[in-house]
Amino acid sequence: MNWRTIGTVYSKELKDTLRDRRTLISMIVVPTLFMPGLIFGMGKIATVVVSKAKEEVPRIMVIGGADSPGVRAELAKTGKFRVEPASADWKALISDKKVRAAVEIPEGFEKALDLGSAPKITLYDYQGELKSGFATEQLRDFFTGLRDRATSRLLADRGVPASLAHPFDVDQVNVAPPEKVGGNLLGGIVPYFIIFLCLIGAMYPAMDLTAGEKERGTMETLLCCPAARTDIVLGKFFMVLTGSLFAVMSSLASLAVTLLLVTSSIKSGAKGAAAANLPSIDPLGILGVLAMILPVAVLFSAVLFSVSLFAKSLKEAQSYLTPMTFVVIVPVAIGVLPGIDLNLRLALVPILNISLVCKEMLSGVWHWGYIGVIFGSTALYATAALALCVRMFRSEGVLFRT
Amino acid sequence: MIEARLLTKVFHDRKRGEIRGADQVSFRVEPGRIYGLLGANGAGKTTTLRMLGTLLRPTSGTAIVAGHDVAREPDRVRANIGFLAASTALYARLTAREMIAYFGRLNGMSEHALRARIGVLSQELDMGEFLDRRCDKLSTGMKQKTSIARTIVHDPQVLMFDEPTLGLDVMTARAIVKFVRDCRGRGKTVIYSTHVMSEAEKLCDVIGIIHGGALRAEGTLAELQARTGESDLEECFVKIVAQEASR
Repeated sequence: MNWRTIGTVYSKELKDTLRDRRTLISMIVVPTLFMPGLIFGMGKIATVVVSKAKEEVPRIMVIGGADSPGVRAELAKTGKFRVEPASADWKALISDKKVRAAVEIPEGFEKALDLGSAPKITLYDYQGELKSGFATEQLRDFFTGLRDRATSRLLADRGVPASLAHPFDVDQVNVAPPEKVGGNLLGGIVPYFIIFLCLIGAMYPAMDLTAGEKERGTMETLLCCPAARTDIVLGKFFMVLTGSLFAVMSSLASLAVTLLLVTSSIKSGAKGAAAANLPSIDPLGILGVLAMILPVAVLFSAVLFSVSLFAKSLKEAQSYLTPMTFVVIVPVAIGVLPGIDLNLRLALVPILNISLVCKEMLSGVWHWGYIGVIFGSTALYATAALALCVRMFRSEGVLFRT
Repeated sequence: MIEARLLTKVFHDRKRGEIRGADQVSFRVEPGRIYGLLGANGAGKTTTLRMLGTLLRPTSGTAIVAGHDVAREPDRVRANIGFLAASTALYARLTAREMIAYFGRLNGMSEHALRARIGVLSQELDMGEFLDRRCDKLSTGMKQKTSIARTIVHDPQVLMFDEPTLGLDVMTARAIVKFVRDCRGRGKTVIYSTHVMSEAEKLCDVIGIIHGGALRAEGTLAELQARTGESDLEECFVKIVAQEASR
């Protein structure tokens, strides 16, 4: 191995890549804008959608209850609902979102309520539909309030203190530090995007430096020089790795800046309590993720490089690499699922192991044994992939494939 | 010097089976001489040159290029050759200077030597005007000059040209032909593959006619004319190829 030659190839590829708009987009622009875009963009959309849904006065329908005028009148008086006249096709109306929810008041409800033995109230909603959910929530609040008031009244009539029906309260207090709460909240989602961006960052340079060179005819020019094939492939490989790591660094840096901006803007807005509840990430966790992502980046870069090298053109390389994103997304997505915990067997499954360990590290859990196994096994897979890369680059059947 | 000894290259194709890209090709080129490899498309010219340039490994046979064996010392062979083909393109996003410098460095040249060499080449090839322009902004002629400079930046003893005028306009093609002739004048060993008869006629000291992967005839223009009884190289070529086909 000649490090001077490797350096020459690497610096040429870096210069070439930095002049290529498409690679810059996949390596820097997308990863940098991805996290802020996701946090601000999705957050903004979610806030707008939810507040709009909450602002709406839901149309509801009361089924039955003709002999309970008091309850009906009280319901209408709240001003929280627009009570529509009852209709036989109320289920279809809920499905068509013309009515958000319906409540069925059984016969003799009001009379039975006065006696303390009212039958069951049934609420109908369209599960999974936000506005229907809010309407049902408000209906439930109304009827819970009605029940509590009736209970208090009945107990008072019998000379029993109302507290008897409500002897104690249950309170919940969080003892986890904010970074652990943040780790748990973001720990699942951050590795997902980091691993994905690690792949995306390597993808375009891998294609451009192999299949792209074959297509443009520069590969043959390069192979005519006396540099050893191993030195050429390593110089190119380091550039692909740079692309991958740069994408990860950019996204982590932009994530950190985004969280800082969000925190400071909320704090300056005198929303101290909200700021205290904001998810924050343990900086050590971020460093841990960076360390673990290194062998993954080598693995991705080597695999993408080998696959692209086999292709004759950029188009062919693209058709090979696109399915690879799914191959990566599936184990990462499994790692994000709640209830999947790291064990020795999963620690050997590539990509899934990284997703799980990153989730743990970001929430402040450090299983050093597993971390060692995962780093070692991923480094081993990465070495094998890199060896394949070098071997393929020496194969004339691959380089001059027709 | 180049000495090809029974160079053979067999490709395996799933549909067509075994293909002999080059079949026991032997010839010798002395320094200060231009050897023309003349053949139709698919005759085996590129395969032969790629074996001589160590881009392909011979299935059997070997070649000695600038004193080194192509199979055993490919890196040393490449350090002593300049390879220019229609398929050896330039890096579009590098400038002409960066392109030449890159290949100079890959050939192990020091920065000092490289600077001096680029200066000389720029003057010889009249590249001063576009030396710092990106290759994708160059005209075909400028690109070809840059390719030539890239090929000879390390001043190799042996030069291999694989259809270098393919697709070029007359003026650019003439410039290439002149450059190849200059190389002979400087004592370089030159192998020139082409299917353009007029180029071979004007340029080559010895012509080898290759067909179906095998060398069918070899000699000076006069020798080939005497052998076929034809005065025109194209007629000589057609006659030799037809004779071989009828065997």
